[in-house]
Amino acid sequence: MSMHDSAIMLRRNFKHTIRNPISVFNAILFPVILMLMFVYVLGDAFSVGEHYVDYATPGMILLAICYGLSATAVGANSDMTKGIINRFKVMDVSRGAVLTGQVIASMVNNVIAVAAIVGTAYALGFRPSAGLLDWLGVAGLVLLLGFAIGWFTVALGLFAKSPETAGLGVVPLIMLPFFSSAIVPADKMGAGVKQFAEYQPFTPIIETFRGLLAGAPHTGDVIAALAWCAGIAIVGYLWATATFTKRA
Amino acid sequence: MRDTAIEVSGLRKAYGDKTVLDGIDLTVEAGTIFSLLGPNGAGKTTAVNVLTTLTGADGGTVRVGGHDIAREPKAVRSVIGVTGQFAAVDELLTGEENLRLMADLHRVGRRSVPELLERFDLTGSAKKLSSTYSGGMRRKLDLAMTLVGTPRIIFLDEPTTGLDPRSRRTMWSIIRELVADGVTVLLTTQYLDEADHLADRVAVLDQGRLVAQGTPAELKRQIPGAHVRLRFAGVSDLDAAARALTGATPDQESLSLKVASDGSTKSLRALLDRLAEHEIDAEELSVHTPDLDDVFLALTGHNSASTEAVAK
Repeated sequence: MSMHDSAIMLRRNFKHTIRNPISVFNAILFPVILMLMFVYVLGDAFSVGEHYVDYATPGMILLAICYGLSATAVGANSDMTKGIINRFKVMDVSRGAVLTGQVIASMVNNVIAVAAIVGTAYALGFRPSAGLLDWLGVAGLVLLLGFAIGWFTVALGLFAKSPETAGLGVVPLIMLPFFSSAIVPADKMGAGVKQFAEYQPFTPIIETFRGLLAGAPHTGDVIAALAWCAGIAIVGYLWATATFTKRA
Repeated sequence: MRDTAIEVSGLRKAYGDKTVLDGIDLTVEAGTIFSLLGPNGAGKTTAVNVLTTLTGADGGTVRVGGHDIAREPKAVRSVIGVTGQFAAVDELLTGEENLRLMADLHRVGRRSVPELLERFDLTGSAKKLSSTYSGGMRRKLDLAMTLVGTPRIIFLDEPTTGLDPRSRRTMWSIIRELVADGVTVLLTTQYLDEADHLADRVAVLDQGRLVAQGTPAELKRQIPGAHVRLRFAGVSDLDAAARALTGATPDQESLSLKVASDGSTKSLRALLDRLAEHEIDAEELSVHTPDLDDVFLALTGHNSASTEAVAK
């Protein structure tokens, strides 16, 4: 029942993505440009104790995921503000299906952007020591994070008053990786920012990516990353469904 | 005795401390067009939202297609179709894809899609993105999407607001065809002539209450008929005309005279003959048919915009 509706909705969201190639292009191109900038232009200025591209890639994976979110938020908001959601609501369509379609489409965008970043990293000399299992771990965490943050972003999009505010709403999510261990290690940052960077959700997630790519993930980071993802997913899911039900 | 399609009794709805619907009772028989007539802010859209299960009611009972909206919302949704005030089409899909989406979601074959495109005169634009459609085309596509699941009861919230006169006529004939097929239609409108042209029964909604209900003919009997307005060059002409035409209301400020008349050529000729007898010339003559404001004035003692004016 719900699967049938979800599949139809997903197909609809894919069509939206294909019809709106600029946003996809933007979501892929921007992280790649940032990566080139950090690795080529700034990389040598940071002493991170290893080849900079090896240090930066895990953070760039996260950044690639976050960059795609504005399209997700704007899409969810357009559905809500342009009335099509009300049409689905009075149609006896599985209510979860509309949102599931948006979340899965968002995850697909994430996977494409991450693939582009990893490809770029290899071209820049990235040579991780990860084995097959580690790579599967990376893929799993990309999907899990995409799922969690996808629900959160859909909620944000549904909640926002207009597509413009929805687009602005994800800016903190896009900025957050910069205040984590993505670009430079947290212990090199100033007081205050350092503590923030150490305890914010993206740091353990990046450290898990880093550990997996190095072939030796830290159990503590993995647990923290999984816990954050689960927490974000639950909050996002509850917020999204509540907003969806309430706003007519 | 016909079946009842919609039965509303004692319906109440408030947002915070603002009462939007204050005890609505109405009955719509199957296979008829029922029109909810009222100005902006009267509660028309809220009524439609409650009746179509989008918003919960705060009190009263509503049965749509024999199902209680609070207890069996899914059953209600399976028999209704809704076209809201703003065209709810997917702008990133073509007209054809929008209809296919509906067919897939309703789990009915896509065979009806070409027929609907044809019926709504959209075949030529079927492969274009609906974001490129004009307002009238969007409304048509929206209504076509509503019809995909062959609903028995259709709600149309201001289906012609913002449409040009030609598109409006097209929409009217489409709505009439629907009822000919046995569908029940509840439509909201701000236009008396629309209710008059389409509806079997009309209910007038004012500040969340129904102030009148009946057939268009019954309602029109309660409101002042059409009148003729004559404008004169000077006060002397105006006074002379006011003396000659009994029952006319002069307005010194605009130098005009309001005369009751049904607007027929016969009554106009009689009026002009009377003016000629007294050798009075009018600068201008215009015929006015009753509009929503007249209905409101007659039924509520205030005109449709006065509450807002007072609030300002």
